[in-house]
Amino acid sequence: MQRNRLATGGRIDRQQSVSFTFNGKTYQGFKGDTLASALLANGVDVVARSFKYGRPRGIVGHGAEEPNAIFQLGKGAETVPNLRATQVELYEGLDAYSTSGWPSVDFDVMGSLGALGRLMPPGFYYKTFMRPKKLWMTYEHFIRKAAGLGKAPLEADPDTYDKLNQHCDVLVVGAGPAGIAAAREAASTGARVIIADEQNEMGGSLLASTHSIGDQLAATWLVEQLAELSALDNVLLLPRSTVFGYYDHNFLAVLERRTDHLGLTADKGSRQRMHRVRAKQVVLATGAIERPLVFANNDVPGVMLASSVSTYVNRYGVAPGTALVVFTTNDKAYQTAIDWHQSGRIVKAVVDSRPAPCGAIVKAVQALGIAVITGSGVIDVVGKKRVQAAKIAALSDDGQEIRGEIQTLECDLIASSGGWSPAIHLSSHTGAKPRWNDSVVGFVPGESMQQERSAGAGKGTFSTAACLYEGASAGVEAAKLAGFGDGLVSFVTPSTQELPEEAQQALFLVPHTKTSSRAPAQFVDYQLDVTAAGIELAAREGYESVEHVKRYTAMGFGTDQGKLGNINGMAILSKALGQSMPETGTTIFRPSYTPSTFGAIAGRDVRALFDPERYTATHRWHESKGAAWEDVGQWKRPWYFPRGSESIHDAVNRECLAVRNSVGILDASTLGKIDIQGPDAAEFITRIYTNSYLKLAAGKCRYGVMLKEDGMIFDDGVTACLGENHYLMFTTTGGAAGVLAWLELWVQTEWPELQVYFTSVTDHWTTATVTGPNARKVIAKVCEDVDLSAEAFKFMDWRDGTVAGVKARIFRISFTGELSYEVNVPAHYGRHIWEALVSAGEEFDITPYGTETMHVLRAEKGFIIAGQDTDGSVTPADMNMNWVVGKTKTFSFLGKRSLARSDSARENRKQLVGLKTLEPSTVLPEGAQIVNDPNEPIPMAMQGHVTSSYFSANLNHSIAMAVVKGGLTRMGEVVYCPLADGRTVAAEIVSSVFYDPKGERQNV
Amino acid sequence: MLQIHCPYCNETREEEEFTYGGEAHITRPLDPESLSDAEWGDYLFFRKNPRGLHHEMWNHAAGCRKYFNVTRNTVSYEILESYPMGAKPSVTAETGDKN
Repeated sequence: MQRNRLATGGRIDRQQSVSFTFNGKTYQGFKGDTLASALLANGVDVVARSFKYGRPRGIVGHGAEEPNAIFQLGKGAETVPNLRATQVELYEGLDAYSTSGWPSVDFDVMGSLGALGRLMPPGFYYKTFMRPKKLWMTYEHFIRKAAGLGKAPLEADPDTYDKLNQHCDVLVVGAGPAGIAAAREAASTGARVIIADEQNEMGGSLLASTHSIGDQLAATWLVEQLAELSALDNVLLLPRSTVFGYYDHNFLAVLERRTDHLGLTADKGSRQRMHRVRAKQVVLATGAIERPLVFANNDVPGVMLASSVSTYVNRYGVAPGTALVVFTTNDKAYQTAIDWHQSGRIVKAVVDSRPAPCGAIVKAVQALGIAVITGSGVIDVVGKKRVQAAKIAALSDDGQEIRGEIQTLECDLIASSGGWSPAIHLSSHTGAKPRWNDSVVGFVPGESMQQERSAGAGKGTFSTAACLYEGASAGVEAAKLAGFGDGLVSFVTPSTQELPEEAQQALFLVPHTKTSSRAPAQFVDYQLDVTAAGIELAAREGYESVEHVKRYTAMGFGTDQGKLGNINGMAILSKALGQSMPETGTTIFRPSYTPSTFGAIAGRDVRALFDPERYTATHRWHESKGAAWEDVGQWKRPWYFPRGSESIHDAVNRECLAVRNSVGILDASTLGKIDIQGPDAAEFITRIYTNSYLKLAAGKCRYGVMLKEDGMIFDDGVTACLGENHYLMFTTTGGAAGVLAWLELWVQTEWPELQVYFTSVTDHWTTATVTGPNARKVIAKVCEDVDLSAEAFKFMDWRDGTVAGVKARIFRISFTGELSYEVNVPAHYGRHIWEALVSAGEEFDITPYGTETMHVLRAEKGFIIAGQDTDGSVTPADMNMNWVVGKTKTFSFLGKRSLARSDSARENRKQLVGLKTLEPSTVLPEGAQIVNDPNEPIPMAMQGHVTSSYFSANLNHSIAMAVVKGGLTRMGEVVYCPLADGRTVAAEIVSSVFYDPKGERQNV
Repeated sequence: MLQIHCPYCNETREEEEFTYGGEAHITRPLDPESLSDAEWGDYLFFRKNPRGLHHEMWNHAAGCRKYFNVTRNTVSYEILESYPMGAKPSVTAETGDKN
């Protein structure tokens, strides 16, 4: 039974009953309800427990501002946390849970004990983060469980999301009277208009209005306007769409909820869509949010915003109580008394803080026989899980002190209104500094920082007629600036028969007979349980800046971003500091206006569409051989090829031995390749690399190291001279894109006179590296037109030839230290050449190997990997590679000058050495720190760290490369690596070349 | 998200197509070896960080791959001009923000 449902009225469809569950219990509502209106219709008072004190909390608002009714919907993969019940449309089978309260919201252990509140005074986070640090882990666990933050799903999201890039001349945010007028007027000029509104129905305040516009009911006028707008080709209407962020250059993000009102997952299509709107001009018609008054026990369920009470009555046909007390500082809230009265329920009184209100609406309320208690305030509430009575006292003229006796008025609903705060959030996102306006008693948008203007309640203009006019003016102005129309308003503002209003009173914290610190809690921020006393305490503790007080008290840090509480908090702070609101200022609103789902932000950019996987031409072959994969940048590279039940260790040992004893084959296609041409190519490459390429002849290759201007190694690789003015540069797999950008930077910005051109050809070629003592025999079987003899085709030569019928480039370069041929063919022939080489190598038991074996073999030779053994802080000298630095080059190559800087040239820099563990089978972890004395007290003097470490099957002991302070002069010394697991491993400093130190094996 | 005009493509495109290239108009010294460590350090490490107009390089990385210069207001993020490498800005802190 929906005991609070009115017999008639509201924009709900009473023919369509909807059943839903809340905390496991089944209820009925109607289509058109929100979860909040349906809960109120069913008389559910307590919907949450508060964050710190565990106090029972009920629904306060009716829109984005709701701080209490924040629920989890559904379970499992499709569960959604942190939804405001006031913005959740009811659908059949909706399944919602409170995220706070344990074991239930009706009986909460914490609330009974009041435990956390005492543990968490204002400044709790700040004080806790400061020290002792260790305790934070303990608190955090407890707080998270208690705080009701909701749970993120653990499973993958079953839904899809998408994004649309939109361009328009005028974007109108908000479809209340101002927004509709703006859209209409802008559209009439022919401008492309988008109007977005967060609610399921457009209309804003008109949806709950009982007034007329012209000679029509507001609701009827609305239907006509929307029908006209939808009929226009140049207008896109986006209901259920929240403009949640306003970014640079008039870029706005709009989250459209396409199917949330039907269920948790979309039956078909995308669940939510992000519209990325680039608007020439923007009209912000975002409306205003009513501000609650701060009084003792103002959080007892049954204390609501006045406008919310009206909205539930008028829009949803729900009267959330029986006997109402309205507490106001302004004329507007009198409308709530009228609405309630007309719903057939009792208005106990309107309590007005102003000494002598006598405006037209006051008289209209009195004429209905409703008591108006002037110059008074609700100072306290009786009741725990529901309002039972309001305590009312006469106040001084300025509302700051109590005068006279306290009377108790029985009621079960208190509607409070401290005025309206314009929703300046989006304006703030642009960087506009909000301005305090005394007559609005609120912050209004500051000077525009982008192509936008505000209109209507969002600007502090509240009458419907004025909103319509202001919206229309903003619409034509925006259109004109976007290049449409003459800027003149054609709209005739209809009459609205609104009553003139008297001035409101600026009252925020209502006094109590006791001081704030002794009175029952007077809540400012419901979501984070921030009280007036807490803010006053912060001021007493010396906090003066509103931004500091925000962080100290956590005011406004909830998912509601303080939409209700912030202005009250700032006013309380201002009073405590004895300064004005403009002096105190406001905190800055930032995106998102309301929480947005990660799914919508990601859209289709997930998994492979977010980070593409790159496959080489021989990928499927590797796959068919059971390769284990390693991700190198975006590339999938074979890591090792396990046979049978081999472990990685077994497989790598076997692959390593095979290469050194016979022959192996590696897919090296992922190495970056840049084709460089032009008359100044050699000069350019010589300026980029540390060594010279001016005399590199066609058919020859040279290894080079690239430095940034600070002298630190950033990439390395072999460059081959292909012919006159034509070179091929190999880069590391991960560095390819960065190196290309680096080359382009220098030729475009610093040396435009050099004629040199670059083309990335990484994907054009398949590279099969055949390496090992039997490599020549394998190549000889498939290549007849190249003289492979050691005399004719030397180490660091390359030759054009035909391999298995395909034109190929063969490079005699080696990353294993063995006799090696790197066969390059156009990628289309990759699989063919690979299989030809493998079958040619069969008689030598040619062994495919992956990146792990490649790493071990190169480490046996002491070859560095840029990015593993280097980290952007090492010079060629640090890597013991001075041999690669040209001493006689005329041009001061990139990074050269920095090698002579005092820090680059100093003694005792970390230098590349080998480490041999004293216990030969122990393999050091990469990244292990090195110290001289394992018994040294902490903090120990760090000597360096391990950069590469493996077990070498060829040497039958572990090998490691490391950077050690002054390491090159410390050969034979023993150093220690204290490990995280408590072990300390001793190792001897040795040469970083463990195998074939003279390099004889590659020169055969 | 910024909208940036590429003077080579003569197109105004989304920031996603571009990468930032740091402060513009820094000339590499012609004879680095003749500089003191301090002078070389100035060239290497020291950059302007103005509140207001800033001349900076952008690269049309997902477009023509050209570097060009932009004059941007670091407070409002307004871009006042784009101009090719080698050209001089027409708006500077001295001539003032046009606004």
